[in-house]
Amino acid sequence: MKSHVWRPLYLAAGLLALFLIARYIYVPKDFGTGERGYRYSFHRLGNEDEWKAFKVKYKGTEYCKDCHSDKYQQIMRSRHAIISCENCHGPAIDHPENPAKLAKETNREHCLRCHFRLPYPTSGRSAIRGIYPGEHNPGAPCSACHNPHKPQEGLR
Amino acid sequence: MITRRKLITNTLKGMAALSLPAAAFEILTPERLNAIIYNDTAKVRYVFLVDTNKCVGCGLCVKACKNENEIPYEANVTRTWVERYIITRDERHEVLEKVFADSPKGARDGFITGTIDLGHGNTYTPRKEDIDKAFFVPKLCNQCDNPACVQVCPVGATYQADDGVVLIDRKWCIGCGYCVMGCPYGVRFFHPQHHVADKCNFCYHRIKKGMKTACVEACPFGARLIGNYKDPDDAVTRIINTKRVGVLKEEFGTRPQVFYLGLSMEVR
Amino acid sequence: MVHGEVWTIKELFTYPNEYIYWSIQIVMYPFMTGLVAGAFVLSSLYHVFGIKQLKDIARFSLVFSFALLPCAPLPLLLHLQQPLRNMHVMMTPHFTSAIAAFGIVFVTYGAIVAAELWFLYRKHFVETALALKNKANKTAYETGMYHLNNLLTLGAHDISELALHRDEKAIKIMAGIGIPVACFLHGYAGFIFGSVKANALWMTPLMPVIFIMSAVVSGIALCMITYIITMEGRKFLAKRKAAACPGESCADIESVELNVIQMTAKYLLGFLVAAITLELLDLIFRGYTAVKSWDMLRRVIYGKDFYNIFVVQYGLGNLVPFILLLIPGLTIRRAVVGTLLVLLGVFMMRWNVVIGGQAFSLTFAGFMHYHLPIIPHDMETFREGLFGALFIVTSPYVLFFILNKIMPVFGMKESH
Repeated sequence: MKSHVWRPLYLAAGLLALFLIARYIYVPKDFGTGERGYRYSFHRLGNEDEWKAFKVKYKGTEYCKDCHSDKYQQIMRSRHAIISCENCHGPAIDHPENPAKLAKETNREHCLRCHFRLPYPTSGRSAIRGIYPGEHNPGAPCSACHNPHKPQEGLR
Repeated sequence: MITRRKLITNTLKGMAALSLPAAAFEILTPERLNAIIYNDTAKVRYVFLVDTNKCVGCGLCVKACKNENEIPYEANVTRTWVERYIITRDERHEVLEKVFADSPKGARDGFITGTIDLGHGNTYTPRKEDIDKAFFVPKLCNQCDNPACVQVCPVGATYQADDGVVLIDRKWCIGCGYCVMGCPYGVRFFHPQHHVADKCNFCYHRIKKGMKTACVEACPFGARLIGNYKDPDDAVTRIINTKRVGVLKEEFGTRPQVFYLGLSMEVR
Repeated sequence: MVHGEVWTIKELFTYPNEYIYWSIQIVMYPFMTGLVAGAFVLSSLYHVFGIKQLKDIARFSLVFSFALLPCAPLPLLLHLQQPLRNMHVMMTPHFTSAIAAFGIVFVTYGAIVAAELWFLYRKHFVETALALKNKANKTAYETGMYHLNNLLTLGAHDISELALHRDEKAIKIMAGIGIPVACFLHGYAGFIFGSVKANALWMTPLMPVIFIMSAVVSGIALCMITYIITMEGRKFLAKRKAAACPGESCADIESVELNVIQMTAKYLLGFLVAAITLELLDLIFRGYTAVKSWDMLRRVIYGKDFYNIFVVQYGLGNLVPFILLLIPGLTIRRAVVGTLLVLLGVFMMRWNVVIGGQAFSLTFAGFMHYHLPIIPHDMETFREGLFGALFIVTSPYVLFFILNKIMPVFGMKESH
């Protein structure tokens, strides 16, 4: 029996078909799931490679070793050997091409990250020799007296 | 006409067709998934270990993370941060609270003052003799095994890679913020430039090249370590398996994969 | 500035990335959705359950529900950080998320309302098209209306007794399917909040039911107030051209109006009681069980948000209108005050859920205060500020005005 009451349904079915076509065209073909199934890993698979291609900026202390062997040897003999070069000298990125010169941290605040005196029990911080910057030569750069590469050598 | 040959092939086809939906619609429980994943030793499952006893709150990890992952340095959001907890003994009854915690700018510049920021411009400086215990706790994304953020993402823009790391597709995220609200650890935020959800991804671009994460690399004290839980000889795996480790907010059922040594009940 | 930083003020210990990420537009979203669902349920009371007294408001509320419909997802669109990617929800739905089904539920519901309206107005479309077809010297507007009406008939020009009877039956079926879908649409908005396990205030299985009840309350209230406004307008017009339109006198309109309002108010009261009961049950249960989060929730509910919750929402928005509507001999004036207060109460309930749920930190050791941006100074403070919200509130009226041109709500001979 042909009845007009089905017309809205035909219209809806037509729109649905249009939507499905649009969806087929629009959704990237690599949309799928990883090992952990639809619940945990429903995604555009190509995105993983996009993240893997993200630029590395911090290259690690070994990256500096060959060209700056003198400085490397120097700091490796000191108690500051645990601090990687880039913590104070900034990320190497593609040094020496880009940037040609690294911007090193020379302000007091940088040293105070560890050497501001916080006598906290149950924290390693209390074991580090610290100062109160308001009392200890206020305003003077730390490196005027201390060599960050040879901290235990005493005053310059 | 139905030949015997046709009958048999059609029966086989029908059986194949019937068995297909059953396999396709099989519901994988988390337990079964774990069984599949963890019995495969060739694979990788990244885990993280934080030793709070070693952390001194220098914040070099936060600084390195922001630079490495291109999170605008001045923006008040960060993929990793360090919290300071100070538990005082309340003998003078000057303040009601006994537990103080703060993380100014996510500890990007470390803790270079003994004063605690209470917000609203209020501060408090506990006297040295009033402090019972005080310590630092680094935080980062827990890369949960049952991630609440992935569950609530409506478009499949955040997902778990096969190695357990939860990633965000910056080209597909609609920025609804449901994952931000869904995370019990507050690790998610909106990236100020890309305007999509963002969070720590264990420096995916580094670990996939066999490097360590920027924060692990930057930490002078070895308070942060990353490892592979599927490798039984991995240093981090050995610690997790043999030492008393804790995780954050396990009551949410998220099964976090960042393990902590030296947690205290005051840690939020 | 980071998203959310403009309107968030932090106090004590909060995580560095915590801000009020869900702001005014997320308050508007369940509010508007509630109005849609409520208006539809009101119209269905007549179409499905045959409650004759509501006949006059039924047609009105159905058209109004359709006008509200596109305005329900509008707040979400304004809230999205990537609004142009909104169709991803339909393109790649991840059904473990409560939001993923939104597009599907919403479109289904829209289709049902549209179909019901089509059956209701088909006769009108056919008649209008026929009348305009034979008219000579059509203006551009009339030509447009002719084509539009012709298109809207979908080619079904049969308006015989049998065909109209079929329409009536279809309306009943559509309204019948529509009720559960409308409840689902809104209960599901409640589920979006209720299922966030990270948020101690939101996480309760009662949330969807509370949302449905308050949705119906607000929907009925808005239909009542809009109905009164349009009736008053017609009364005013009737007075001015009393001679030109003898069939419609002032007294007629007035008696119809009062009768409809008094009947509708009874249903409003019923749903209001159900809504308040559930909300109080939730509150009492939280206080009694007093799990870990209660310490913090107590400080928010009885401290920081006391005024918003107990004075504005429960007092001014629930108790006062409850008394106003309950006193016998309801007048139009009292009904206006009552329904406006009910709308305020439901809006404040949404506010206290959405903003109140973010008033405390995930640390349970700190607070966040929300400051609604009033004067917009960039796109973000417009979208998620007072003017963005006002834009959302006014848009259904504009749509209703346009829809009324195509599907006139008043002055039609009832086809059934």
